[in-house]
Amino acid sequence: MLIAVGSLAAIGVTLGTLLGVAARYLAVEENPLEAELLALLPGSQCGQCGFVGCAQYAKALAQGEAAVTQCAPGGKAVTEKLARKLGVTADLSGHEDKAPEVAFIDEAFCIGCLRCTQECSTDAIVGASKQMHTVIPDLCHGCAKCFKICPTEAISMRPIPVTLGTWHWDKPGAPAPATALH
Amino acid sequence: MKLFPVRGGVHPDYRKERTAECAIEAMPMPARLCIPLQQHIGAPAEPLVAEGERVRKGQTLAHSQGALSAPVHAPTSGRIAAITEITAPHPSALPLLTIVLESDGLDEWADLPPPIPDPLSAPPEAIRARVAEAGIVGMGGATFPSAVKLGLGTNHKLDVLVLNGAECEPYLTCDDRVMREHADEVIDGARIMAHALGAPRIVVAIESNKPQALEAMARAASAFADTDVVGVPVQYPMGSERHLTQAVTGRETPARKLTADVGVVVHNVGTARAVHHAVRFGRPLLSRVVTVSGGAIAHAKNVDVPLGTMVSELMAFCGGLAAPVQRLVNGGPMMGQPLPTPEVPVIKGTCGILALVPSETNEHRTEPCIRCGSCVTYCPCGLVPVEMAAFIRKDDLDAAARIGVMDCVSCGSCSYVCPSHIPLVHYFNYAKGSLNAQDRDRRKQSRIKEQAQVHTERIEKQAQAKREAAAAAAAARKAQQQTETNADDRASA
Repeated sequence: MLIAVGSLAAIGVTLGTLLGVAARYLAVEENPLEAELLALLPGSQCGQCGFVGCAQYAKALAQGEAAVTQCAPGGKAVTEKLARKLGVTADLSGHEDKAPEVAFIDEAFCIGCLRCTQECSTDAIVGASKQMHTVIPDLCHGCAKCFKICPTEAISMRPIPVTLGTWHWDKPGAPAPATALH
Repeated sequence: MKLFPVRGGVHPDYRKERTAECAIEAMPMPARLCIPLQQHIGAPAEPLVAEGERVRKGQTLAHSQGALSAPVHAPTSGRIAAITEITAPHPSALPLLTIVLESDGLDEWADLPPPIPDPLSAPPEAIRARVAEAGIVGMGGATFPSAVKLGLGTNHKLDVLVLNGAECEPYLTCDDRVMREHADEVIDGARIMAHALGAPRIVVAIESNKPQALEAMARAASAFADTDVVGVPVQYPMGSERHLTQAVTGRETPARKLTADVGVVVHNVGTARAVHHAVRFGRPLLSRVVTVSGGAIAHAKNVDVPLGTMVSELMAFCGGLAAPVQRLVNGGPMMGQPLPTPEVPVIKGTCGILALVPSETNEHRTEPCIRCGSCVTYCPCGLVPVEMAAFIRKDDLDAAARIGVMDCVSCGSCSYVCPSHIPLVHYFNYAKGSLNAQDRDRRKQSRIKEQAQVHTERIEKQAQAKREAAAAAAAARKAQQQTETNADDRASA
């Protein structure tokens, strides 16, 4: 009896010490979930979620302090991915389902004020002071910050056009309702 | 020559009799041609001409843009009426930038580049440059720029060029007629291509249901020891480049690799003929042979059509419609794509125009899957269509990709044999398109991430430089003050 209690206690103490030491020395410094969430986010640091950048939003998401619907450029696709990763149901009711967009500058209205270029976090807008600006569509991720800041409303958000290279067949229509087999 | 078995495949009713004995007829030059700037895989061509300009036959109208592209040329002389958007000859019916050419009826040639003297000893780059300049693309329907495909010899060790004369699609006989009527041109083109590729051997593979083509090609090739003509079994989809490679060489192309990775390059017979014209005479690709058939066409024919001719005019040339059309198809009935309207131009990849009547289409109500496994038996790629379709129906595209949906060649054998008429190949086309779109998005995303990183670093560096400059200025000011105070001190002292 005493031997049993003693040996179990000894095992308990040893393992407990081991665990304590391991928790101290083998600790993972950041939440691995954060890194996984960060990989799902656009990474363009636009800040429209209300956090400084994507990493901060990912941290808040991992701690359950932010909703999965806050990423503007990511849209529905990113929201769904985040919800799946976190195992929560995303409330997409208030979410406007729109196709991916890129900014477009109407050169007739551009006054070359450079405000949009300073706003853009991916250097997708080129232009110089008092010169017309233009958007490089391949680098624009549609965060719409330039659209909001433009003083002359020269910037519009346009859906990315479908070309012969990007078009593909839609999913076949729902198959005929299954008839019960008797 | 020993042949190797190919798994799966179907034997559809070939229905080639209607046009097989129709010699190629030249279509009279239409008054108006619509020449799209994108008739190939890759970037659209960039216009070189302006509205109102007069052009001559063979003149470059738009030049290629980027590494994967092809130029387009004027099929006749005339005036550029407009550069505008018209409906693409594509199921999407998307608008496509097009040069509209009004013929002046003179058919006057422009100055063509000189023929390459003795092409079989010319440097391969010169042949590739000529093929690129002539705007030649894969004429079997894939429309991949041929010059790029002829460059595969530079980074792959190739031992055989397979010339694809299988023409396994029902109805189509255009390649058959080209081989029967222009065998010498095809063989010469193939020899030039093999030289450009650095392939020591040529195998012309023709389905054995075309005995006249086999005979004509064998006669044309008899003078050359390195060129074999073989009759391959009649089995759809024998004309798929992977399956033809396997039948001829016994080598199976690994998933997501090219046939060039197993030492084989496959080109269509029509492409070889176009190469012959470009290299021997400097003539760019201005027309192609199209099979016009199907139950609704009054007089089915093989027609040499100037590129840019409207499908409606081509059908009128073939006697118009004898019956209402259930479906207008661009290409063969198995892999061809529906055309939204006959008001679209014939382009480089149009090998057939089929106006099908209801008895020729396979439109039925989809019934539930009875799990008969026919699609698995007949899939020539060794895939499991029933399972892939089930995953796709449940929107689990990643699971479908794991069991190989990206290796599907869209031959349509599964849809053809399905007793429940499940549109299996439609599911796979959707899944492949959607997965490719996801892949494009991912690539764009990672580029944007990199760009954002660079941006942040630059902003930080600028801020740092500003801080340093400010600190330096402050230090300088302080030093200045110091000297001034010192001077004042000395002055007051």
